[in-house]
Formats: sequence, C-alpha cells, structure tokens
Amino acid sequence: MNWRAIAAIFKYEMNRFVRTWKQSLVSPVISTSLYFVVFGSAIGSRIDQVEGVSYGAFIVPGLIMLTVIIQSIMNASFGIHFPKFMGTIFELLSAPVSYVEIVLGYVGAAAMKSLLIGLVILGTSYFFVDLTIAHPLAMIAFLLLTCISFSLFGFIVGIWAKNFEQMQIIPMMVVTPLIFLGGSFYSISMLPPFWQTVTLFNPVVYLVSGFRWAFYDTADVPIGLSLIAICIFTGICLFIVSWIFRTGWRIRD
Amino acid sequence: MSPILTVRDVRKTYDGGFEALKGIDLEIEEGEILALLGPNGAGKTTLISTICGITVPTSGSITVGGYDIRTDFRQTRSLIGLVPQEIALEHFETVFRTVSFSRGLFGKPRNDAYIEDVLKKLSLWDKKDAQMKELSGGMKRRVLIAKALSHEPKVLFLDEPTAGVDVALRKDMWQVVDELRASGVTIILTTHYIEEAEAIADRIGVINGGQILLVEDKAALMARMGKKQLDVILTDPIAAMPDSLKRDGLELGADGDRLIYTYDTRAERTGITRLLQDVADAGLVLRDVQTRQSSLEDIFVGLVHQDSAGDTP
Repeated sequence: MNWRAIAAIFKYEMNRFVRTWKQSLVSPVISTSLYFVVFGSAIGSRIDQVEGVSYGAFIVPGLIMLTVIIQSIMNASFGIHFPKFMGTIFELLSAPVSYVEIVLGYVGAAAMKSLLIGLVILGTSYFFVDLTIAHPLAMIAFLLLTCISFSLFGFIVGIWAKNFEQMQIIPMMVVTPLIFLGGSFYSISMLPPFWQTVTLFNPVVYLVSGFRWAFYDTADVPIGLSLIAICIFTGICLFIVSWIFRTGWRIRD
Repeated sequence: MSPILTVRDVRKTYDGGFEALKGIDLEIEEGEILALLGPNGAGKTTLISTICGITVPTSGSITVGGYDIRTDFRQTRSLIGLVPQEIALEHFETVFRTVSFSRGLFGKPRNDAYIEDVLKKLSLWDKKDAQMKELSGGMKRRVLIAKALSHEPKVLFLDEPTAGVDVALRKDMWQVVDELRASGVTIILTTHYIEEAEAIADRIGVINGGQILLVEDKAALMARMGKKQLDVILTDPIAAMPDSLKRDGLELGADGDRLIYTYDTRAERTGITRLLQDVADAGLVLRDVQTRQSSLEDIFVGLVHQDSAGDTP
C-alpha cells in the first residue's frame, strides 16, 4: 500500500478546500441558514409539530442530509473530473498507485470535506432551533456512511461525465429532486397512501428517515431498513468503482 | 550490462481501430540518452504513454529495470519520471506544493531540501510560491520537469520538452539534461528538432507509422551522413563529361549545366583542389560554386519518405 500517495492526494484535495473556503464552507452554511429562516421560522411557525417535534427542529436532519449528499457528489466528482479535464491525470496514471489508493485519496478527501460541512451545519442549527440527539453514535455513523457512499457515487459521476455540464446534471437534476421528495422537509406519513408507496422507491427516504431517527427517535421506515439501504447503496457504488478501474473505463486507453 | 528498458513486440490498437504501434522492439542501456525522432502521429507519445502506464498495450511486453510494467507496476513506475508534451498543471496551485505532491504520489518521503535543489537547478526557486497561472509557458515546462524529477527517477522521458520554447530556455534544458546524464539518469526524449538530437543524444531512433525504422549510434549515423556535395555550375552546359574529369564521386547534372561532386569532409584529401584544377584545364568556365551538407534532417526525411512510400529499408 502506497500510504504516502494516499496522504499526498488527500492533502492536495483538502488544500483546495481550504484555499476556496468561502465557496466550499461558507456558502453551504449560508444557504442552510436561509432554509432555517424561511422554512423553520417563517413558514414553520404556522406548522404544528411533526411527530412530536417542532417543525424547525424536524427539518434539521433533512437539511444536513441535503447538503452533505450534494456536497459529497460535487466534491468527489470535481476532484477526479478536474484532472481529467486539465490533463493532469497523466501523473496519477503513471504513478505507482493502485486503484484502491486513488479511491481512498479522492473519496476520502471528498467525504472528509462533506463531513466537516455537515458538522458545521449541525453547529449552525443550534443557533436556530432546540436540538436533541437521541442516538449520537448512530447519528455520526449515518452521517459518515452518507458522506462516504455519496462521495463514491460522486467519484463515479466525475469519471462518467464527459464535461462539466454533464457532471452538474446528476446532483442538480436527479439527486436534488430525490432529496426534496425523500421526506427531508416532511414526514412521508403526511402524504396520501398512494404517494407514500411511490416514495418508498426513493432511496433517499431511507437515509433521511434513519438520520432523523438518530435525532428524534421517530422514523418513517424501520431503522434496520435504513441501515440495509445505505449499505446496499455503498455496495453498489463500490462495485461500480471496482468495475471502472478493472476496465479502465473513461480513464485509461 | 543488461538494458534498463526493454520493449518487445509492443502493439497498440485503440478502440477506434487505429493501430498506433505495430510491433515495437527497443532496448535502452542505463545512462544513455536516446532521441526518438518521428513526424506527428508516428507513435512517439503512444510508445511513451505505454511504457509509463498511461496506456495499456494490446500485446507485447515491456520491462523497466528488469520489472514487468504490468505485474510489477509499482517498481517500474517508481523508476520513471515523465515530462508530457502538453502542459497540464493546476492553475491555482503553487510551484512548491505541486512538486511536493508529485513526490508524495510516487511514494517518496517528504524531502524539502531535495525539492529545493531541483527547483534551484531549474531556476524556479524564486517562483516557489507562485501559482501556475502566473508563470510563463517556459516556466510551466520547467515545473513539469521538476515534477518528473521530484521522486528521483532513474529513467526520464521527455516528450518534446522544447516544443515552443525559446532558444535560451532550450539551451538551459540541454544543460539540465547534461547534468542528469552525469548523475546516471537514463533519458529518452522525443523531438521534432534534429539539432536537439544532434546536440544531446547518444543514440538516435527514428519512428514512423508505429514502427521503429532505425536505432543507431549518433556518431555512426553522423559518419554515414558526413558527406558533403560540391556543385560546380557551368556557364555553358555540356553534353557529356570530359574523360579528363571522370573520377569517383563526380556526376554530371541532369541538364548538363553542373558537375556534382560528393566527398567526405573527414578524408585526408577531399580532392576538391584537383577537381577544380582539372575543370579549368578542360576549358570549362564556372558560373558559381555551391556546397551542401546532408544533415540528420535529410536522413530522417529520406527514411520517413521511403517508409511512407511502402519501401521499408
């Protein structure tokens, strides 16, 4: 294992994060604060409690998930797509590194960035609402697994995309709707029965539900199912990544 | 001594069906400088990319330092430094960090003193904290060289290192190559500039259409080409060469208006004085005298031309 290479990639990627901290850290915090103001205070004040939790507090897990998922995909896809676009990937391909090391470096850095952003948002939310975290360990575990699995997914997107436009399509046009329709801002029990069934096909429901359970001990779907869902998603991403590297798809001629 | 790089019957067919390498065989000794000449699209870059691991060969085998590039890729890639043809650098990163990153990526422990030394040799030390976007094209090329040297490679590939580089920088680079050779680094460079090959290479290879046409010691190649031609242009054309002029190396031009004499500049006697004397004695009046020297370029163009005509030597 070339640990120095993993460290080099990780450090290099984190350095980009630090260099562009306004864009990478401040902007998600500002946009999340806006959600709190609009949904939590303005609209939320007219909504009763949801499942025994004030609406402002109810949306916190969903908001963190929204940001963490999008940031994971964007960071990881950008991290690997940028060298492809700039041509600097030649160095990665000619270096004594295995695919495992490349993935650990890039996905590790992307997951770390979104974990940091997630924690900062969690901290920010304390300023707006009263939070309780019923299962802190489960909360961290869910957060971590989400960061890792969606960074893997973002890595796949970054390799698949032939240009920056394609790269933006997945988080903006596919994942964002799934998150919004995945019960981030409401309990799916509020939906008519038919749409409740449809929603169960949305994988994000299981993530948000499990994450919310870690906070408030209430969930739309059983916590076991949430765990299984995120493990399956991580497994699928790992499988695709290993296939990509085995075949050199869109990386190595 | 066993060669540091061995290429055996390497073929590469791209997905589109284009056959970029058609059975390349090449051996490179440790410490030598090989210049690979060839027109655009000859397969120079594909060959280098294949050896470095960027491209996967369709068939054939390559060893570097005795290790196979596929099964022992960690060893072979650690031995190799690559300076690519295209300038590819991240705009916002600084010189020092970019070069340090390369060293880490190649699995070497951090060594700021060594990086400092490399940057100083390449006249980049005062730019160590500059971002890539602030650097000139020539400076960026130096950064690429510094990155390639950051992990102390034993074999260095320079893919057209001086393309689009001004004369002063080109001379600087030759100097760097000289120093590297002195430290025992094996260098393979591709170039369009024949004078570059003449100036720094020990051996010269010519590649065209995915095949190596020739690999030869530079001195031997130059000796083969150390011929010069003297054109004696006559005021009045003649129909046939007078008997008194007939000798080895002398021909009458097609229009009968010139005598073409080929001689070896390194011979003890070139025979020029004798020839001119005899021309005057034969009563021929001279209008002009020209000399021409065949260069590596002529040989190169000749080889590639012959090859393209399907007449492989």
